[in-house]
Amino acid sequence: MKSLFVYILLCCALPVVAQKEIQKKIQTQFIDVDDGGVITLPEGNFHFDASLSMDGKKNVTIKGAGMDKTVLSFKGQLSGAEGIKITNGANITLQDLTVQDAKGDGVKAQLVEGITFVNVKAEWTGGASKDNGGYGLYPVQCTNVLIDRCHAVGASDAGIYVGQSKHIVVKNSKAYKNVAGIEIENSWYADVYDNEAYDNTGGILVFDLPDLIQKEGGFVRIFRNHVHDNNHINFAPKGNTVGKVPQGTGFMILATRNVEAFENKIVNNISAGTAIVSYYITENPINDKTYNPFPSNIYIHDNYYERPMVKATSKGRLGKMYKFKLRFGKKVPHILYDGIDDPAMKERNICIRNNSNATFVNIDAGNKFKNKSTDMLKHDCARPSIEPVVLSSN
Amino acid sequence: MRSAVGALMLIVVAVFFVSFENQERVERHDTLSAYGFFTGSLKSLNPAAHVIPYTVNTPLFSNYAEKSRFVIVPKGQKAVYNDSIAFDLPVGTILIKNFYYPLDFRNPDKGKKVIETRLLVHQSTGWEAWPYIWDEEQTEATYDAAGDTKTISYVDKNGKKITTPYVVPNKNQCKGCHIRDGKMKPIGVSARQLNGNYNYSARTENQLIYWQRQGLIDALPAQEQIPALAVWGDVRNTDLNHRARSYLDANCAHCHSRKGPANTSGLFLDIQETDRAHLGVNKSPIAAGRGAGDLQYDIVPGQPHKSILVYRMKTNDPAIAMPEIGREQIDKEGVALIEEWIKKNTF
Repeated sequence: MKSLFVYILLCCALPVVAQKEIQKKIQTQFIDVDDGGVITLPEGNFHFDASLSMDGKKNVTIKGAGMDKTVLSFKGQLSGAEGIKITNGANITLQDLTVQDAKGDGVKAQLVEGITFVNVKAEWTGGASKDNGGYGLYPVQCTNVLIDRCHAVGASDAGIYVGQSKHIVVKNSKAYKNVAGIEIENSWYADVYDNEAYDNTGGILVFDLPDLIQKEGGFVRIFRNHVHDNNHINFAPKGNTVGKVPQGTGFMILATRNVEAFENKIVNNISAGTAIVSYYITENPINDKTYNPFPSNIYIHDNYYERPMVKATSKGRLGKMYKFKLRFGKKVPHILYDGIDDPAMKERNICIRNNSNATFVNIDAGNKFKNKSTDMLKHDCARPSIEPVVLSSN
Repeated sequence: MRSAVGALMLIVVAVFFVSFENQERVERHDTLSAYGFFTGSLKSLNPAAHVIPYTVNTPLFSNYAEKSRFVIVPKGQKAVYNDSIAFDLPVGTILIKNFYYPLDFRNPDKGKKVIETRLLVHQSTGWEAWPYIWDEEQTEATYDAAGDTKTISYVDKNGKKITTPYVVPNKNQCKGCHIRDGKMKPIGVSARQLNGNYNYSARTENQLIYWQRQGLIDALPAQEQIPALAVWGDVRNTDLNHRARSYLDANCAHCHSRKGPANTSGLFLDIQETDRAHLGVNKSPIAAGRGAGDLQYDIVPGQPHKSILVYRMKTNDPAIAMPEIGREQIDKEGVALIEEWIKKNTF
């Protein structure tokens, strides 16, 4: 370890050949590290032309000298769809480093039982651009996911994206200049709290999408987050579901059941402070017969809402909906429910109670917006609290 | 006295078992030549007697590299036949795959340059991948787990000089494809890939029949019951759907299948898949990031230019390109086949 450190120091002028040697050394460490080992990466900027990958390891920590101090740059990467890829492992920790300008995703972890990101930044340095990679921090098909004190900046899909996973905590993190700041998708048992999501197109999204292996998600708690100024123009490639999220979305629940959002500050998001919608709002066809496109058992309570007197976005399909169908002018309700009926479930338990400043609209999207209603009393109910997530180490 | 004899017996038995164990474990050498796979000069890739060459009906595209493949099955043991996935091969089996470029694709006699050799070794603990990178002098290949980036030059089949990067994958990336149900597995040694002819030194013969004659495979059913992939580039084969599905099976299904690592996407491209949506027809992308471009669906029947599948084949941008590795170049002929299929096939 020490020799590598010295070697890297000696090579700090970093001619290309030396960079290539460092890449080889670090990649070799990722392959050779013993279970239970620690890979220490020194302070400095390191360039890689291919993904760094780790597979089949247990109880391994990859530790840098600090966020923005140990910088792994993948600018000009020739190969690999992510910066760092961690697969088929258990109890892997990535901490104190920055991953920059990956061609695809920043850090992807797949099929890892126990994946922890602490004080890690995934960013694209050129700012928001559709040419940036899709996800910053991207655990998928993982269990016991902890994301703590991380930053995600500039992802063309979601900054922090947890997909098809179970038992998840995302806390104390910041996501900005992404299309989606934080997204929990087809995942079970997630606590997302004490985060700041700002200057994204949408701040925090909880989605259930069709055609996936992990069919459904739910039991998600979103609390004490500061979700503000998520008015960034949507720069996702069009085909992506997040490409449909309207600019100015604070918090969106799409087709997910059992979600509780409380004590969040949802401020200055111009289109929808909170949106509760079915998959039908995407206007995508549904091929998956086992898929449930409707949200239910939702409890939005004790949140604080504030927005400026400006119009909602007019961009995209949903922007057109605001402009031509909903026509709220500058008084856009904070909480929007699409009101599309589920023929199989009459009482959907969409409960909204005790929020500060909240205004509401059911847009009756299933009936061409005919009976749109701002009556929040119909949703004045309480739901049992969702149990906190307890992470266990395997 | 009796107990002393007993103890001695125990030791003998223990030694026997230990040595037996050792025999089963293939030792990894630092150099390729140390294995003795090839006779004569290493770069000629002339197999020794126990090393059986084979080919596949439709190979995985790898930057236009050509591949020569060999298998060593331990003496007296056999592969076990099945019709859907790679054969169950006995412990001790070694699969050898060499990646090389003819200096001039129009004239193979001008020689070749070998870039890398990948071994898949079946240990009692499971399959292992051992990558070897060839030196510039073409005299030796050395074990290297970390991969490398090379610049390669050759003259393509149209006489055009090509100079391009070639990324040798690292050891973990081998597993990126060679994984099934969380375990490292071979891919190409399946019934549908091997069910075709090989030009052995004595005569041309169906590979599976040859394997059976050589005692390398067990329980081979009647020929007509064995599935076969099309030779994807064989334009005389008029079954466009079979050619395209064979191409997708060989190039995509190692990840894009119900048990492969890309099952997160819900797009399944193995030859057995019958569900239109999972095959990509009017299916929205999942977690495709930039890979979706501005397109809505994986396959839009009749409209290849609107299909994400084609979009991702037509680029070498690492964030978009599929497959994710071995794609510093675009498989132009593969793109043409899939475009034609999406245009003409009735889904």
